[in-house]
Amino acid sequence: MKHTLVALVEDKPGVLNRVASLFRRRAFNIESLTVGRTHEPAVSRMTILVDTEQTAPNLVEANLMKLINVVDVQDVTALPTVMRDLALIKVKANTSQLAEINQLAEIFRGKIVDVASDSVIIEITGDEDKISGLLDLLRPRGILEMVRTGQVAMVRGSTHQDGNGHN
Amino acid sequence: MAVKTGAQIIWESLVKEGVEVVFGYPGGTILPTYDAMLDYPSIHHVLARHEQGATHAADGYARASGKVGVAIATSGPGATNMVTGIATAQLDSSPIVCITGQVGTTVIGSDAFQEVDITGVTLPITKHNYMVTRVQDLAGTIREAFHVAREGRPGPVLVDVPKDVQNSKCEFVYPDTPILYPRRRAPAQTPSEQLARAAEMISKAERPVILAGHGVLISGAMQKLIEFADKTQIPVALTLLGLGVFPRQHPLCLGMMGMHGEAYANRAVQSADLLIAVGMRFDDRVTGNLKTYAKHAKKIHIEIDPSEIAKNVRVDLPILGDAYGVLDQLLPLVTSAPREAWHAQIHEWQMETGARDVLRKEEGDGLIPAQVIHSLWQVTEGNAIVVSDVGQNQMWEAQYYRHDIPRGLITSGGLGTMGFALPAAIGAKFARRDAEVWVVAGDGGFQMTQAELATLQQERLKLNIAIINNGFLGMVRQWQEFFYGRRYAATPILSPDFVKLADAHGIAARRVTRREDVVPAIEAARQSAETMLIDFRVEQEDAVYPMVPAGADLHDMIRRPVEPAK
Ligand SMILES: Cc1cc2nc3c(=O)[nH]c(=O)nc-3n(C[C@H](O)[C@H](O)[C@H](O)COP(=O)(O)OP(=O)(O)OC[C@H]3O[C@@H](n4cnc5c(N)ncnc54)[C@H](O)[C@@H]3O)c2cc1C
Ligand SMILES: Cc1ncc(C[n+]2csc(CCOP(=O)(O)OP(=O)(O)O)c2C)c(N)n1
Repeated sequence: MKHTLVALVEDKPGVLNRVASLFRRRAFNIESLTVGRTHEPAVSRMTILVDTEQTAPNLVEANLMKLINVVDVQDVTALPTVMRDLALIKVKANTSQLAEINQLAEIFRGKIVDVASDSVIIEITGDEDKISGLLDLLRPRGILEMVRTGQVAMVRGSTHQDGNGHN
Repeated sequence: MAVKTGAQIIWESLVKEGVEVVFGYPGGTILPTYDAMLDYPSIHHVLARHEQGATHAADGYARASGKVGVAIATSGPGATNMVTGIATAQLDSSPIVCITGQVGTTVIGSDAFQEVDITGVTLPITKHNYMVTRVQDLAGTIREAFHVAREGRPGPVLVDVPKDVQNSKCEFVYPDTPILYPRRRAPAQTPSEQLARAAEMISKAERPVILAGHGVLISGAMQKLIEFADKTQIPVALTLLGLGVFPRQHPLCLGMMGMHGEAYANRAVQSADLLIAVGMRFDDRVTGNLKTYAKHAKKIHIEIDPSEIAKNVRVDLPILGDAYGVLDQLLPLVTSAPREAWHAQIHEWQMETGARDVLRKEEGDGLIPAQVIHSLWQVTEGNAIVVSDVGQNQMWEAQYYRHDIPRGLITSGGLGTMGFALPAAIGAKFARRDAEVWVVAGDGGFQMTQAELATLQQERLKLNIAIINNGFLGMVRQWQEFFYGRRYAATPILSPDFVKLADAHGIAARRVTRREDVVPAIEAARQSAETMLIDFRVEQEDAVYPMVPAGADLHDMIRRPVEPAK
């Protein structure tokens, strides 16, 4: 199982380091960690995926809350959320295969964003399953390079999590 | 509004925080602050002989007073010398603020002379740390540092101040805006369902035990705990850092539990049907093998730090909150019960322990360390502040000095830092000028920080020092004896002549080798207006009993062979 935690942290030097240091020191098993800005200039947002086989998510949450620069943490696993990951995938393709690859990408709402003589780059945004679905189909053609941003999450509906804590 | 330099702002802020004494060591990047110090005579500076000593002294001051201790050092080696002291305070939740000089902001990152990334180094061993790069932020940061150090579960905080920030000027205003930390407070009001459930579990229990720890002291819940135990008639077992939070002489007190705890306390825990843990963190030296730990007991955990709940032990009823507040709310809800059968059972175990007590041992060739500690307890009537070092001496102290008063024992529990006792005792004495302070240390640990003898002489402090000198790194030797076939690798240790060492510092000292000289020596030390050191030459290969081998079941204790009655 995976649990998804959303943490709001002060946008100050060294905060990512504090979070990473905590995970290493406590031997927490983290699947992915993304950091980005929010609508509030002083606040950054982290989405953390915890592998619950080895790490208790409530301990991750409690330890994060102890960091002075962490404003709020919420475990959103049980809530209706939008989860997104963005991947860039470079696959082998000559010009004759372009149309076919384009079709494939479109099924997953991906798109070709760069074309070279022997390869293309596909951009796809979606949840974990969607991206792995496309990757499975592309793998036989030869994946040359791939990068993923890691998951970001937001709870659906009118509740919101902001720098004053969640409500 | 007055314009001040950063250096002055540091002292102004310390004055605002009510600081009376700081422990430190000067150097290049902290020079502006030391220069400004001369203009703040209300704060006394104690020159340690090593920054580790300064940090332990601040820690000892904090533990003896309940206030925040302060240590100061220069950048680079000064700051790295603090690391052991900071980690010691972190593991034992002791509130200290360390202020370090740093190279100028313009050269940070260039490997400038004596530059060390001390906020990076201490990141995992502080509750929080700061580097202040603008003089305008300095006062607010120091204020926040004190708040963070003492608030909730206390801990060490480091503030790194580059030299140019100490020299820059700005208007000094000590802010009074609310500090946001902690973002989530433990509830002041415990949910009534939790209280009701706890009361029900307690009334149903037949063999309950209270496990009380350091958090009771931090919370100031000692009196509440006594009332709670008296009303419910539940026996109380203590952690090492909990010794003193419940009087050892109280009929319900089981003494220390754990690796070197009383056998009857460990038996009670293992046979209990309910454990009520208050302000203790189920350290592995307390629980032994977690798989077999208190298997039949339901567990209530009263704890202020949510990250401690269910960290080591599965808990049936966690109650997040301050120990005092929770006990206070729970007290009217619990019912009194005689619990006679349970008390009788524990009493029987206590008698069995008594039969093995080393105090019954006839005089042999050498001094028996437990007897020395027992005499110290008797002569001081249990009223001294004992600052113990680490190892066998620490365990004998914990077992045979019967602490009835809170803050009567100061020791490094979680990190087990040898060399802690002497400098921490210096700090404790500054906190409690009226108190009788004893250092109890082994010959190994004492040598780690014995340079602080000069500090205490320079300060003309009155301490009492008992070295339990067994010619070995005793605790490690004991492990070698039990688990490594008596192969004494690197544990025999030569010591200087401690009497001459003391003499070289102008400190009175004597050596004690015979049982009849123990009490007179302790009395002489107490009567002297100046520090006195006693070198107790004890039996070399005595062991601390009982012992739960590391990782073994708590009931699986190595016991002292039964002594024939005197
Ligand atoms: C050689 C050696 C042998 C040792 N053998 C033993 C042994 O046999 N038995 C033993 O007990 N220890 C032993 N120790 C010590 C052990 O390692 C731990 O340091 C000790 O058990 C910790 O005690 P504690 O949990 O009470 O204190 P701490 O580690 O200080 O923990 C305090 C707990 O209280 C909580 N708290 C703080 N404030 C509050 C509040 N206001 N309200 C509620 N909760 C609060 C904290 O969050 C924390 O969880 C030994 C150490 C050494 C070096
Ligand atoms: C700084 C440090 N180094 C090593 C140890 C490991 N250690 C624990 S107890 C001990 C022996 C202590 O010997 P001594 O100070 O003579 O005290 P005794 O056990 O003989 O009372 C050692 C080496 C430690 N706890 N701290």
